[in-house]
Amino acid sequence: MSVVLETRSLCKRFGALTVADHIDFQLQAGARHALIGPNGAGKTTFVNMLTGRLAPTSGRIFLGGEDVSTLSQRERVRRGLGRTFQINSLFRGLSVVDNVALAVAERRGMGGRLFRSASSYADVRDEAMALLASLGLAEDAQVNLANLAYGKQRLVEIAITLAMKPRVLLLDEPAAGVPSIETHRILDVLDALPAEIGILIIEHDMDLVFRFAKRITILVNGATLLEGTPEEIAADPRVREVYLGERHD
Amino acid sequence: MRHNGSYSASPRIGLIEWLPWLLGVAAFFYLPEYLSLGARILVYILYALSVDLVVGYAGIVTLGHSAFFGLGAYAAGILSAKVGVTDPMLQMLVAIASCALLGAATGALILRTRGLTLLMLTLAIAAILLEVANKATSITGGADGLSGITVAPIFGLFRFDLFGKTAYWMCLVVLFICWWITRRIIYSPFGASLVGIRENHVRMASIGSPVSMRLLTAYTLSAMLAGVAGALLTQTNQFVGLNVLSFESAGELLVMLILGGVGRIYGAFVGPIVYMIAQDQLAKQFPEYWSLGIGVLLVAIVLFARGGLLGIVDLVVAHAKRGKSAFAGKEAP
Ligand SMILES: Nc1ncnc2c1ncn2[C@@H]1O[C@H](COP(=O)(O)OP(=O)(O)OP(=O)(O)O)[C@@H](O)[C@H]1O
Ligand SMILES: [Mg+2]
Repeated sequence: MSVVLETRSLCKRFGALTVADHIDFQLQAGARHALIGPNGAGKTTFVNMLTGRLAPTSGRIFLGGEDVSTLSQRERVRRGLGRTFQINSLFRGLSVVDNVALAVAERRGMGGRLFRSASSYADVRDEAMALLASLGLAEDAQVNLANLAYGKQRLVEIAITLAMKPRVLLLDEPAAGVPSIETHRILDVLDALPAEIGILIIEHDMDLVFRFAKRITILVNGATLLEGTPEEIAADPRVREVYLGERHD
Repeated sequence: MRHNGSYSASPRIGLIEWLPWLLGVAAFFYLPEYLSLGARILVYILYALSVDLVVGYAGIVTLGHSAFFGLGAYAAGILSAKVGVTDPMLQMLVAIASCALLGAATGALILRTRGLTLLMLTLAIAAILLEVANKATSITGGADGLSGITVAPIFGLFRFDLFGKTAYWMCLVVLFICWWITRRIIYSPFGASLVGIRENHVRMASIGSPVSMRLLTAYTLSAMLAGVAGALLTQTNQFVGLNVLSFESAGELLVMLILGGVGRIYGAFVGPIVYMIAQDQLAKQFPEYWSLGIGVLLVAIVLFARGGLLGIVDLVVAHAKRGKSAFAGKEAP
């Protein structure tokens, strides 16, 4: 197996607060890897540094073996890095299909064309429609995003990212805010993703984590506490202590 | 009726979109005594259209577009009065080129900022230009304005006449061309991406869109349009005053755009038409109530009708349609 995403000694400080503390992390090709940890552990900040939205205080990031630490978000996207947002980050004034089409167009490198009308690029719209259909959203394609049910908005959040055809996918709490009886829809989507995509998922729902992940990393106060298979993690007493907030003595 | 560039909206020009042009031509024949007001309105529609592209579509807040309107106006004026270039097309080209340069240069500096910072920077740039024009009296005429501007016949054929007939046609044709270009931009993938940036620039960046470059392109294109409007004003008035660069005129333009409706293309038409005709009819009769009235109207629009006058039309149409479908719904079991 090869490493598709790696950090070396990644650090981030907000003033006196250390949110990433020398994180050494590796994501394998085709991985199903979960990053868990208490609120405020620095999980979202870690993702923001990986994508280039936030600059690390120090340390390096490698994507497919290449040092991308100083590259822009755009350059990292072009190298196959995609992410979803913990709190929906969508185009609320646009239709569902347009939300996805924007991402398709950028991936195809024609998002800045000036001369033909956007709707004349039928292939862009068709691809967006096909993607929506595969997520069970075909009937909602023309709906204004702001009028869509919250659970479906979470799926659009994923659809936009899939439209970028990433090799490495960072999912920041994809089921956040979705009632637990509906999280299976999100899980179905995740299970159906192509095996070759390396996935890092941040999630608080332990059922979902243990069903999906083949490998788990625990982040506490910006530092990796533990990494291992789900069995190893479940058996480790420290996990209960720090993550589940139970004192064990 | 919003005009948003999108991958699902047809770019076909609707029947009602020909209405402004029909009115524009009809006004020439039926309101010959108002041609100079008409030409001024056409200029301001173009100016408002340029502002709508950045404010309404790209979501760039600016109060400084008078910099480009003024630069276009002075470029055409100085070229004629000081350099002796009287060909209107040449003047127009130089105005466009200067505005493209200024737009690209200042845009590259300021478009990395957002919100209030950006607003202040756009204001500052307009203020600097105003001060330069005020001080460089030998070139610009300073506070007295720049006169002695002559404009040769268009293509050597159409002479600018005393009644403003040629000027009116020129404004109408140039506005038509600029409208057509702007409309194409808005319906293009680029235009759709601008709306994406306006809706959520964080997400656009995360799907790999070169957000800064897109904004800079939009800003520069818009600067060029404003420059065309400025040059047209000079050519129709054969005079340029400092007021083209003033904060008041930039503010007044924004009032017109908000009145018509922002981010709709035709808000830039409706706003200046309503505002300037009302001003022409009311400002002289009721000078003290005029500003008050505009102020109250603006507050009412911002509070109750964010889409401007066209937004109100949309609401009424939507209401009427809903009434119909509710009726149709009763027939179904
Ligand atoms: N831009 C910022 N400036 C200052 N502090 C920040 C900033 N962003 C995040 N923080 C702080 O860094 C810490 C880690 O935040 P982060 O969002 O990465 O946590 P998280 O592990 O994703 O938490 P959650 O599970 O609640 O999503 C928190 O204490 C947060 O308040
Ligand atoms: Mg988080």
